Amino acid sequence: MWLLRINMTERSYKLEEVPEQYKGLGGRGLTSSIICDEVDPQAHALGPNNKLVFAPGIVTGTAAPTSARVSVGGKSPLTGGIKEANSGAGWAPAVAKMGIKGIVVEGQPAETDKYWMVHLTWDGAQPKVEFLPADAYVGRDLYEVFPEVYAQFGAKVQVAGIGVAGEFKYPNSGVVFNDMKNQPTRYSGRGGLGAVMGSKGLKFIVVDAAGAPGVEVANPELFKEGAKKMREALMEHAITKPQGGLNTYGTAILINILNEAGGLPTNNFREGRFAGAAKIAGEAIFETNKKHLGKELYNHACSPGCIIQCSNTLYDKDGKELVSCIEYESDWAFGANCGIDDLEGIAELIKLCNAYGLDTIETGVTVGVAMDSGVIPFGDLEGAIKLLHKMGKGTAQGRILGGGAAMVAKLYGNPRSPTVKGQAMPAYEPRAVKGIGVTYATTTMGADHTAGYTIAPEILSVGGASNPLASEEGKAALSRAFQDTTMLIDSSGHCLFIAFAILDIPTGFQGMIDEINAVLGTNMTGDEAVAMGGQLLKRERAFNAAAGFTNADDRLPEFMKYEALPPHNVVNDLPDAVFDAVHAK
Amino acid sequence: MQVIVKLFAMLRRFTPANVTPGEPFTLMLPEGATLADVLAQLGIPEDEAKVMFVNGRAHALDYALQDADDTGIFPPVGGG
Repeated sequence: MWLLRINMTERSYKLEEVPEQYKGLGGRGLTSSIICDEVDPQAHALGPNNKLVFAPGIVTGTAAPTSARVSVGGKSPLTGGIKEANSGAGWAPAVAKMGIKGIVVEGQPAETDKYWMVHLTWDGAQPKVEFLPADAYVGRDLYEVFPEVYAQFGAKVQVAGIGVAGEFKYPNSGVVFNDMKNQPTRYSGRGGLGAVMGSKGLKFIVVDAAGAPGVEVANPELFKEGAKKMREALMEHAITKPQGGLNTYGTAILINILNEAGGLPTNNFREGRFAGAAKIAGEAIFETNKKHLGKELYNHACSPGCIIQCSNTLYDKDGKELVSCIEYESDWAFGANCGIDDLEGIAELIKLCNAYGLDTIETGVTVGVAMDSGVIPFGDLEGAIKLLHKMGKGTAQGRILGGGAAMVAKLYGNPRSPTVKGQAMPAYEPRAVKGIGVTYATTTMGADHTAGYTIAPEILSVGGASNPLASEEGKAALSRAFQDTTMLIDSSGHCLFIAFAILDIPTGFQGMIDEINAVLGTNMTGDEAVAMGGQLLKRERAFNAAAGFTNADDRLPEFMKYEALPPHNVVNDLPDAVFDAVHAK
Repeated sequence: MQVIVKLFAMLRRFTPANVTPGEPFTLMLPEGATLADVLAQLGIPEDEAKVMFVNGRAHALDYALQDADDTGIFPPVGGG
């Protein structure tokens, strides 16, 4: 196995044998370890000394179900701390099958505003890299560009890259990957890593895995057992099974349950319930498609080998595709959070993010802050569309908006900035769901929900039950347990959604441990694997501390202490000690 | 007493015949009725009702309802 280093100062590449200390790592464990080892925490995120690391997960590229995930890591220009952003994409198994454990993009071209593509192929014995000018694709809508890239390189390649948002170096920018229809819809969205890629003059990494040997599995018998346990758990659980919750209604199913719980952030986190929730929820998407297509449409996979298949597509009344996909986060960010209850309008806003290379969460919350600051009214769909076009064109106001929610709040003098460590909060209200608030405040990632998804026990009754409204010190241990386990899942290459099944079905969890041991040739217990996750988190924390973060950054925004959130009229009343307890041991 | 019921996702197939699926409807119940009684009246198997809210808080099957309570019933759902 190799680490592939791509040097953008010289436009050269090097294949290195994987160092001993990285042999047991993959996904986020690998990207964060490399960033911790090789990037000065005080480096400028857009300078020559930041690095951008791409890593498939440990079992990615094998027959493990629902495992086509990639981690993208670096120092974030949005938070100033360490960042991992995770996506489902065929790109990940393609890279893994070439025997590449990670791709480290380093250096910076002397010329600014000139972009290059990397074409990564298998030359019969090892990976090979060509650098090609990307001028023809710069400054353009990704929905127009992707078909041309496929025409240039072939229909079976996998593409990672940036849109104009990354070219503008927006802290809002994400790293895009193609979906299974070769469209630019999958994102490692959070934390502005698109800007890091742009700062290195890298527009696309095009991977053609034809002829590649595949992923070596040290213990094939154990692997077969583990993958079988995983498959059975996913096929059994009501959330993950075929025609189960996710396959039928997608993640947008959460709109109604968070609304019911009074924890759906509405109008820039002013309230916890949205009158228009039912019009934009997963059920509405399913029913709209049924009306427009004349049949019930179940969801599809974002990437090869997924058996959960939670991605939706919205179709208009003429059966024309409007966008794929309307995730809960994107639906909420442009919907309830902006006071918009027009599903097709939300679809258009999501499509613009895909076209321009923007993180839908950061961008939606940014628009919400702009509305809250009087730039346009809440609920103004046409106004929101215009703001997105400004971002896409790089106008003066567009550049302000591309700076992210915290930046816009600062520039417009608004204390209601729903952010932690400079990153916008996702679709769960921390005052009404206390545990997720602890995660938002204490994860190394900035306000991030997947980093420690306590929503599972607090709202969904998965993996136990925990009262979302209870301000209790036990929320610290709850968030910590989820953060450690999530680091493990983020390193494994499995989609985080396996958690719904394996938190309730212990053999599924054991299946993941078996798969990891089988691929690596190790024999960790489940506890040892989770503990490894905890150790990796400590390294991320150390990076952030050296970058200048203190416990004062592990807090929710002040306004949440004194603004009572309807309908439960709750504030953040958790003492600082609870937040500090998460990482204290 | 009367309670408001909202059924979500696959549970919409248990909506009473005279109600549009997805719309809230009212249910007449005897005093002291619980969430279990709501499920029984609608024919919803208990293992399909994963999360039940009353006035925005989740409760167990044996929770005793009061007049004008607003309930929402969900099957197992997940997301991110």
